[in-house]
Amino acid sequence: MSDFSFWDIVRNLLTGLQWTLLLSLVAFIGGGLIGLLVMTLRISKKALPRNIARTYIELFQGTPLLMQLFLVFFGIALLGIDISPWLAAAIALTLFTSAYLAEIWRGCVDSIAHGQWEASASLALNPYEQLRYVILPQALRIAVAPTVGFSVQVVKGTAVTSIIGFTELTKTGGMLANATFEPFMVYGLVALGYFLLCYPLSLSARYLERRLHASA
Amino acid sequence: MAYQFDFAPVLANTDLLLRGALFTLELTAIGAILGVALGIVGAVVRAWKIQPFCWFFGVYVELIRNTPFLVQLFFIFFGLPSLGLQISEWQAAVLAMVINLGAYSTEIIRAGIQAIPRGQLEAAAALAMTRFEAFRHVLLLPALGKVWPALSSQIIIVMLGSAVCSQIATEELSFAANFIQSRNFRAFETYALTTLVYLCMALMIRQLLNWIGRRYVMRNSHE
Repeated sequence: MSDFSFWDIVRNLLTGLQWTLLLSLVAFIGGGLIGLLVMTLRISKKALPRNIARTYIELFQGTPLLMQLFLVFFGIALLGIDISPWLAAAIALTLFTSAYLAEIWRGCVDSIAHGQWEASASLALNPYEQLRYVILPQALRIAVAPTVGFSVQVVKGTAVTSIIGFTELTKTGGMLANATFEPFMVYGLVALGYFLLCYPLSLSARYLERRLHASA
Repeated sequence: MAYQFDFAPVLANTDLLLRGALFTLELTAIGAILGVALGIVGAVVRAWKIQPFCWFFGVYVELIRNTPFLVQLFFIFFGLPSLGLQISEWQAAVLAMVINLGAYSTEIIRAGIQAIPRGQLEAAAALAMTRFEAFRHVLLLPALGKVWPALSSQIIIVMLGSAVCSQIATEELSFAANFIQSRNFRAFETYALTTLVYLCMALMIRQLLNWIGRRYVMRNSHE
């Protein structure tokens, strides 16, 4: 019936899994860098940057990732630039990730006692130095667990990029399901692939959270 | 030459977009009610460690929370028929949403239940409340009240996530958008407007759930 043996299917899915992993890493690192910038704007004392950052976060948290992907994919094409699904997926997921991480990290920075800002200001540190040398090192400790927890959402988010034609795990699974007429088995394996990526992240997020509470 | 934006061909199909939006809201409503109901059952089973279901719900929660919604949807829509279970597109979409939300709300509501001090139920028994009264007024409603904001956010996430249901041809909002842009070739304008509709729906549902929370869930919890 089909020319695919079980191991052919697994081998193809593993190739797809690599792209899922790569896209997750790119989105997470890129999203972290932009997220840090957005977070800095979000905690600004000036209203304008604060509102810009808040709107940015609201927009990404209040709309479907699929629509964000379509807008990036078709929007950049309008500028006359030929954009591959891979690049569109990376850009859209990076922006998506940055909005969520900015909001998570803002919460962590907010939870640092206000006196820390005042104390570092009284030591003649400028606002950047206060954030960099006093606040962030403390906020980082609190931020690790929720950040690792959110990375699960990033890995799962990459599945949506199959819709604009990026050949990651889900897309590979779809093609294999069509070729083998065994959707139950193929999608089961696809789900297993995501589970193997995400479950360790979930477990470590839970472990980190427990450890933080134990030491606090 | 710079691109000329033209929203008129999209606005001409406003009725299609609105019908799609309405269907997304219907799917979300059914998904939210059944999903939260499933979550309540799961949360009670998990919090009270009712065997053998406790183990089952534990596995269910981990499986669902660590796999993408899109894959769950494909598994249900393409996978189940090969086991001889035929379901339509919208049924698959609702089933996937219920199963997905059920897993998240199990964890969310369980946290709420575990935050209720044990003495509360004993106090309720001492006041001669029946077990059902105690469960409803002393355990469930205060527990839901504690986690209502998190539960609301999760329902909105499920609504936004339902956009991928267009991939199995459920005729909701993003399906309408795909249909419109395939005919007028104004992809960016179509998706921009559709995104705006989603944003409005998310804000609307947030307001509605806040109102429901204040009116029905958290009315006794002004400690």
